[in-house]
Amino acid sequence: MAQVPDVKESFSTQVHTLTIGAAADEGGTRSHKLTVGGAKVTPFAHFDGDAGAKPVCALEVQNRDPVDWPDAVREPWKDVLTDPVAWAKKCVDEHGAELLCLKLAGCDPDNEDLGPGDAAATVKSVLEAVKVPLIVLGCGNHEKDNAVFEKVSEAGKGERLLLGFAEAENYKKLVALCQADGHALIALAPLDIALGKQLAQEISNLEFPMDRVASFQTTGALGYGMEYTYSIQERQRLAALGGDKMMMTAVLATIGHEAWRAKEARLPESEAPELGPEAVRGPMWEAMTGVSLLMAGTDILICRHPDAFKAMRSFIDKMQG
Amino acid sequence: MEAIGERINGQFLDVKKAIKDCDAQVIKDHAINQTKAGAAWLDINTGTAAAEPEDAMKWLVTTVQEACNTPIALDSQKLPVVKAGLEVVRRDVPLMLNSVSADPEKLDEWFPLAKEYDAAIVCLTMDKDGISQDVNRRIENCTTIVGKALEYEIGLDKIYIDPVVLPISVGQNQPQMIFEVLGQLPQLFGPEIASTCGLSNISNGCAERPLINRIMLTMLAAHGMKSAIVDVYDKDLMDAWITADLLQNKMIYNDSYLDSARQ
Repeated sequence: MAQVPDVKESFSTQVHTLTIGAAADEGGTRSHKLTVGGAKVTPFAHFDGDAGAKPVCALEVQNRDPVDWPDAVREPWKDVLTDPVAWAKKCVDEHGAELLCLKLAGCDPDNEDLGPGDAAATVKSVLEAVKVPLIVLGCGNHEKDNAVFEKVSEAGKGERLLLGFAEAENYKKLVALCQADGHALIALAPLDIALGKQLAQEISNLEFPMDRVASFQTTGALGYGMEYTYSIQERQRLAALGGDKMMMTAVLATIGHEAWRAKEARLPESEAPELGPEAVRGPMWEAMTGVSLLMAGTDILICRHPDAFKAMRSFIDKMQG
Repeated sequence: MEAIGERINGQFLDVKKAIKDCDAQVIKDHAINQTKAGAAWLDINTGTAAAEPEDAMKWLVTTVQEACNTPIALDSQKLPVVKAGLEVVRRDVPLMLNSVSADPEKLDEWFPLAKEYDAAIVCLTMDKDGISQDVNRRIENCTTIVGKALEYEIGLDKIYIDPVVLPISVGQNQPQMIFEVLGQLPQLFGPEIASTCGLSNISNGCAERPLINRIMLTMLAAHGMKSAIVDVYDKDLMDAWITADLLQNKMIYNDSYLDSARQ
């Protein structure tokens, strides 16, 4: 019989590992830490080599009632939407979340304009109520986020939070805070790999280690530019495996946030009977966005609907048990 | 981009003097500084003036490998000198032998060593009749080299074809022939076959040396040259090379791409 040629693809470099959360042995109070990244091959190509750590899913919690969320995604959380601590506990106790993402949307001056002290108190309460590693996202207003993160970073000192976002026009403050308090950060460059690489370079110039950075290109939802996110992540992974040190960071995607902006997810069945029940359709839209991006190299997914979260975890286990 | 740093060579007066005086610091500084400047390999050549080239090679190899873990290239066409280097070389650092001509009897001497040490090896497209003015003859020499590599079961990614760069003032038709040879290599032998050259020779005896070196390097890169033995201290040259890689879509653009490529 003819010899079957070895067609394994091998690469000389790998994606950096990124660790979120610190347990008692490292001075934190988390029950465990989570490590992602480390792949030496393209996503899930474990037949080629070391596929690295499994991607992880976080459930999203906000410090305000997210009145802009459609009913289909409010429904599973309806009893806890006004209480971030109860919401966090529900994520962990009922849905088995190993990672949470607390989005401080309530600090937005256009929303409730909650102050830095309020935000830090919420972070502290959540850290006390649940013991899983925590991602904390700002509200998106740079000035406000800088003030909020000063307090939040201090409140979570030693817990190795993952904080976001560092952006081209506003990254120095967050880098300094993460350096001082031992956190990791998310570098955000919207759908532009050249800007993403430049931001990584500038963060690296501040001597912040690349294995404490997750990159975030913003996420196009299925039907709304997902292919742009996909091709950026694909290029990033190939560049990382080809030795580009600024492209070796782990990758994050906010699938819940994006998918639930799509009208195909949002529209109630009463307005679009041909699309079927939104309680099924919406989570599926979120999950399909997530599955696609996992194939492109996403390491951390932030989910909203528990059904999408469950589907993502089951898919990841099947792909990389 | 795979730069082979040319500076540890007895033809440079400071190195010549360091060899004579056993002044290790000069050699270590060049090893470290060339690595910082982007050298993926450090070429080690005793020069022609060393009284005892074998001893000089041993000393240079040991000295360099005390200073850094950068892969090294043992540069001599004399087998005893290369063998002397092999006696003391660290086995945990990639190794290159530089260089052997395309004569079968020479390849039979050198390839077993390359195999034994899992070393890359620079193979010149010239043979005992010299450097042919005929592209086909040069390609024929490449075929001889590749045939021998297969015989000795050496992967073609270890074979660095050197199309032999001559001074532009001596042969203005040379670069074009080199480009043609480079273009044919992957077509004939597959994409993994490597290539290199001693770049600075192109401008030997010329007035505009840095400019000629720089342009030649980018043209070589555009024709698929995978590495070159260069002066890595020439920042303009290295910048041009990084930019050539960028223009060939070998890296992702960012405004600080020169810094990023040097990380």
